[in-house]
Amino acid sequence: MKVTNLGYLIKEGIRGIFLHGFMSVAAVVVTVACLLIVGSFSCLVYNVNILVEDLNKTNEILAYVDSELSDAEARSIGTKINILENVYKAEFRSREVALEEFVADHEGDTAFGGLTATDFRHRFVVVLEDNELMAQTVAQIEAIPGIVKVNASFEMAEGFITIQNVLHIASVAVIGILLVVSLLIISNTVKLAMYDRKDEISIMKMVGATNGFIRLPFVVEGFVLGMVGAIISFFLEWGMYNLLVKRLAEVDTLKLFSFVPFTQLLAPMVATFVAAGLFVGVVGSWTSIRKFMDV
Amino acid sequence: MIEFSNVTKSYTVGTHALRGITMQIEDGDFAFLVGPSGSGKSTIIKLITGELKPTSGTVHVNGYSLERIREREIPYLRRTVGVVFQDFRLIETKTVYENLAFAMRAIGAREQEIRDRVPYILNLVGLENKSRRHPTELSGGEQQRLAIARALVNNPSTIIADEPTGNLDPARSLEIMNLLQEINNLGTTMLVVTHERDLVERFGKRVIAINEGLVVHDGMDGYYRA
Ligand SMILES: Nc1ncnc2c1ncn2[C@@H]1O[C@H](COP(=O)(O)OP(=O)(O)OP(=O)(O)O)[C@@H](O)[C@H]1O
Ligand SMILES: [Mg+2]
Repeated sequence: MKVTNLGYLIKEGIRGIFLHGFMSVAAVVVTVACLLIVGSFSCLVYNVNILVEDLNKTNEILAYVDSELSDAEARSIGTKINILENVYKAEFRSREVALEEFVADHEGDTAFGGLTATDFRHRFVVVLEDNELMAQTVAQIEAIPGIVKVNASFEMAEGFITIQNVLHIASVAVIGILLVVSLLIISNTVKLAMYDRKDEISIMKMVGATNGFIRLPFVVEGFVLGMVGAIISFFLEWGMYNLLVKRLAEVDTLKLFSFVPFTQLLAPMVATFVAAGLFVGVVGSWTSIRKFMDV
Repeated sequence: MIEFSNVTKSYTVGTHALRGITMQIEDGDFAFLVGPSGSGKSTIIKLITGELKPTSGTVHVNGYSLERIREREIPYLRRTVGVVFQDFRLIETKTVYENLAFAMRAIGAREQEIRDRVPYILNLVGLENKSRRHPTELSGGEQQRLAIARALVNNPSTIIADEPTGNLDPARSLEIMNLLQEINNLGTTMLVVTHERDLVERFGKRVIAINEGLVVHDGMDGYYRA
């Protein structure tokens, strides 16, 4: 295809948008609405994900050290735990600290009055990167010489994993549905545009225009509609997000929820919106054209 | 060149629009295609333009074998065949000039080619003074001239006209036929479907007559007097 024609075809595509002003506006509005919901949902998922991951880090594993070992020997085991792939961090906690903590937890309880530090063992408090691999990592820690026992809460880990999985499935489902809705709307707009110009299309076919040449202006039309929708919804999302975070900060004085600033989401959000806009625009127009051209 | 060999066409099982057509139209020929309504004339045209595929037999048009042409090649076949319809099929929102430019752009012509070619063609069909008008501001004869101009504008080797004078009075019909003859004299192969016996007799050209999907006459001698 010659370059001069490309200019003409793009011009035709953009002309189409104004020719079908009302439908174009409707298509953009619906796309914006859908992308806003997709975007907001993504932001929410992103933040909840971070929250869950933080909570995850509170799920600690206790690795007890053989009481025959000296203090120095006990401490040196820490490096062996830390080099394990799935270990986020391993902190040494001496038997003295363990005693203090125990006493603090059971303050005023005379039954434990006679306890001394020697009744406790040195231990490591281990936080994992990925709790899904907990069983494996626990086994690795248990295999380290000098470790006599490992206490891990599998139930809690599984709970978090379930929350994360449900979140992922739900977000994929919601985003998928909304994308399909936008796709259908754009597809219908382009179909209408094609129907409007079915005489022109039949003349083009009659004089020997290739299918690609006939399609391109409509694909351009869908592309521009999708991109305009993406850009508008991106900036709306940005504004809404910041507003929400500000409001929340005013209400939530306890800082229960900490939302990441939108600027931290910028790159993935731009990518999401542009990809969604492109996908909706180009695929939407392409599919409707296919159906139309077969007639 | 257009060549039909034992061509049959059934739209649905059991109906036979064409029942074994064999004919040959050489480059530069002028032929009338006549026959009663429903005899299969439009079906023959659709086979030539690749709109339909033959049920059996072979159709060769300007180097393409239509019985096994690929979808992707059909546009290139159509660039060799200009079609003129009884109902013109013009774009009413475009001017006379733009209607022709549109047909050229559709096959990727450059703007300079368009600026050179369109006035030449408008002159050929006698519409040089109407280039800024819209089709609705033209008479029936002028609209048909524009339709012929559009069929010509991409310089096809063959022109096929399906009832090009069906909507015109006898004087306008004669003018259109004269124009088609003129175009044929410039070297374009011409196949004209018509019901107008007077015109056919007057021009004394080759006549291919179809009836019930079969060729019943093919020759220069007067078909209607036989
Ligand atoms: N799309 C179709 N589906 C089924 N049958 C069709 C179709 N088109 C045409 N036919 C039948 O095929 C036969 C030939 O039709 P065709 O249109 O070729 O006739 P024609 O010679 O052009 O007639 P006319 O002079 O009225 O235009 C007719 O019997 C017609 O009913
Ligand atoms: Mg017919």
